[in-house]
Amino acid sequence: MELKILDLSFSYNSAKTLDGIVLNIKEREILCIIGPNGSGKTTLLKCMNKKLKPTTGTVLVNDINILQMDRKEVAKNIGVVPQVSTVSFPFTVHDLVMMGRYSHKGRFDTENENDRAVVYQCLARTGIAHMADRFITEISGGEYQKAIIARALAQQPEILLLDEVTLHLDINHQIEILELVKALSEEDNLAIVMVLHDLSLAARYSTKTIMLQKGRIFAYGRPENVISIENIKDIYDIEVEIGRSSKGNYLNVIPLSIIRNGDEITSATMHHSFRPPLSDLKSQKP
Amino acid sequence: MKKKLFLIFLGLGLLLTLLTTLTIGPVRINVLTVVKILCSVIIDISQTWPDNFQDIILNVRLPRILLGILVGCALSVSGCSMQALFRNPMASPYVCGVASGGAFGASLVIVLNASQSLIMPVAFFFSLVTIFVVYYVAKTGSKVSSETLLLSGIALSLFFSAATSFLQYLAEEGELRQIIFWLMGGFWASSWSKVKIVIPVILSGTICLLFFYKELNILLLGEEQAQDVGVNVEKTRKIILVLAALVTAGAVAACGVIGFIGLIIPHIMRIFVGPDHRILLPASCLCGSIFLVWIDTFARTLISPTELPVGIITAMIGVPFFLLLLRKRKKLSGF
Repeated sequence: MELKILDLSFSYNSAKTLDGIVLNIKEREILCIIGPNGSGKTTLLKCMNKKLKPTTGTVLVNDINILQMDRKEVAKNIGVVPQVSTVSFPFTVHDLVMMGRYSHKGRFDTENENDRAVVYQCLARTGIAHMADRFITEISGGEYQKAIIARALAQQPEILLLDEVTLHLDINHQIEILELVKALSEEDNLAIVMVLHDLSLAARYSTKTIMLQKGRIFAYGRPENVISIENIKDIYDIEVEIGRSSKGNYLNVIPLSIIRNGDEITSATMHHSFRPPLSDLKSQKP
Repeated sequence: MKKKLFLIFLGLGLLLTLLTTLTIGPVRINVLTVVKILCSVIIDISQTWPDNFQDIILNVRLPRILLGILVGCALSVSGCSMQALFRNPMASPYVCGVASGGAFGASLVIVLNASQSLIMPVAFFFSLVTIFVVYYVAKTGSKVSSETLLLSGIALSLFFSAATSFLQYLAEEGELRQIIFWLMGGFWASSWSKVKIVIPVILSGTICLLFFYKELNILLLGEEQAQDVGVNVEKTRKIILVLAALVTAGAVAACGVIGFIGLIIPHIMRIFVGPDHRILLPASCLCGSIFLVWIDTFARTLISPTELPVGIITAMIGVPFFLLLLRKRKKLSGF
C-alpha cells in the first residue's frame, strides 16, 4: 500500500491554498500534518480523497490516479474520520457503522451476513460493541468519535484520514483515540494521515511529521526534528520550551510567549499595547 | 422486526381502507357486495346485485379511491425524500415550484377555454418545465447547492403564482370559480383515463425512490460525510430530485394542489419508525395513501351532495393531530 502525492497545488480562487506538496506514506506509518490555522491542512486532506480536485499535480493510491476512481472506489481505499460533527437523527450505532458498507454494495443489495460480521468486528475493534443498539444522539462525544472511526473501518480501507479527531474530547478520550489509531497502524497495517493541533500529541503519535505554512511544506521528517523550538517560532510566532517527560520520554511542547514583529510580548505588554482593557471603554462613557 | 410488522400493519390498513371507503357514499353498499363486485372483474361470479351498484363501485368510487391512493403515496414519498435531501424539516414536495408551475398550466387551459382533457397534460408539462428551470438556475458548473435550489424554487413559485393571479384577474366568473377549485385540489373529476395516465408516472417514480434509501440515510449525515463513505452526492441528488419532482408533477396534474400531506405524513412516520428510510419511505407511502383516501371520503360525504375541497380538510384534521404528536415525541423525529 502506498499513497503518493506529486507536486500538488490547489487554489479556491486566485490565491494558492496549497503549493508544491510532495509526500508519500506507506502502511504502518502515521503521518501528522501540523501548521497554523489557514495553512491548508484540511484542504490537503480533502485533496487526498478526491473531495477537492487539485489544480495541478496528482494523488496516487497504489500508483493509480485517484481522479480515475469513482467515489465508491475511493471509499474502498480511503476511510475518513471528519472533525467532530453532531447528528440529530436517532440512528443506532450499528446503523451508523453499517453506512460504512455502502461502497461495497450495489443498488439492489441488502446487508448480508458478511456486512454484519464486518460491522461487528469494527465495533469490537473500537471498543463499542456493547453499545451497538444505543442511539447516536444519546452517546458521549468520545463514544460518537469511536463510532465514526468504526464506520470508516467498515469501509475496509487501507488508508485512514483523520481531521482533528481529538477536538472537544477530554484528556482521557484523546489518548484513548490516539492509542487506537496507533494500534490500527501497527496491528492492522493501515496507513494513517492525521491533522493535529496539539504539538506534543503530534510528536508522540506520528512516525513522520509535516509542517505546513501558507500552503507550502515548511518542514518534513521525523517528529523530533520537525517539532523544534526554531520551526515553531518561525511558523507559529511563539516562543516555546521543549522538554522530555521523565516517564516515557515523550516530547513536551510548552508555550511561553507570543512574538509580534520580532518582539516578545509578555502578558503585561500585550495588555496595554494590543488590547486595551474594557475599563478604558467604560471610563469614556458620557 | 417490529418495524417490518408495522409496515405489514399499514398494508393491511390500506386494504381495509379501500374496502371500507368503497362502501361509503350516497348509496350504501355492504362490504360483501363490494368484494363480490371487485372479484367479478377477474373471475366469473353470477350477478346478485343491481346494475347501478356495479357502475357506482367500478366507475365512480374505485377510480377516485385509486387516485387518492396514488396521489397520497406520491406526495408522501416525495416529501420524505425532499426533507432528507435538503436536510430541512420544512421541505415539501412543492419546494421546487412544481405546484405553482402546474397550477399556472391548468389555469391557462381554463382561461383559454380549451378542452378540459388538456388540463392534465398541460399542468404536467408546466410542472416539469419549472423543475428544469429551477435546476439550471441553481446549477453552477457541475455543482448544485441545496440553498440555491430552495431559493430559486421559491422565486419561481412566486413568479408562477403571480402569473396565475394575472390569469385569475383576466378570467370570467365561471372560469375563475373553476381555477380556484382546481387550485384547492380535489378528486371530483376522477376517471379511469386519469388513473391510467397517472399510474405509470407515480408507480415507477415511487419504486425508484424506494431504492435510494441507503443514499437518503447517508445524506442525513451531511454532504461531506456522504462523500467520505462513497456516495456520489451530485449525481444522487440530481436523480432523487428529478424522481421526486416527477412523481409530484403527476400528483398535481391529477388533482391540483393538495398541501400538508407531503409535509406532515413523513414527520408522523419518522416519529413512529425513526429516520431509517428503508422503513420510513414505504411507511410514508402507505400512511399517505390511507390518510388521503379517508380525507377524500370525508370531503365527498360530509355535506353531501356538495363536496368540500380536500386541501381544506387535510389541513384542518392533519395539523392539530400533527402538533399533538410533535409535542409528545419531538426527540424521535430527529429534525
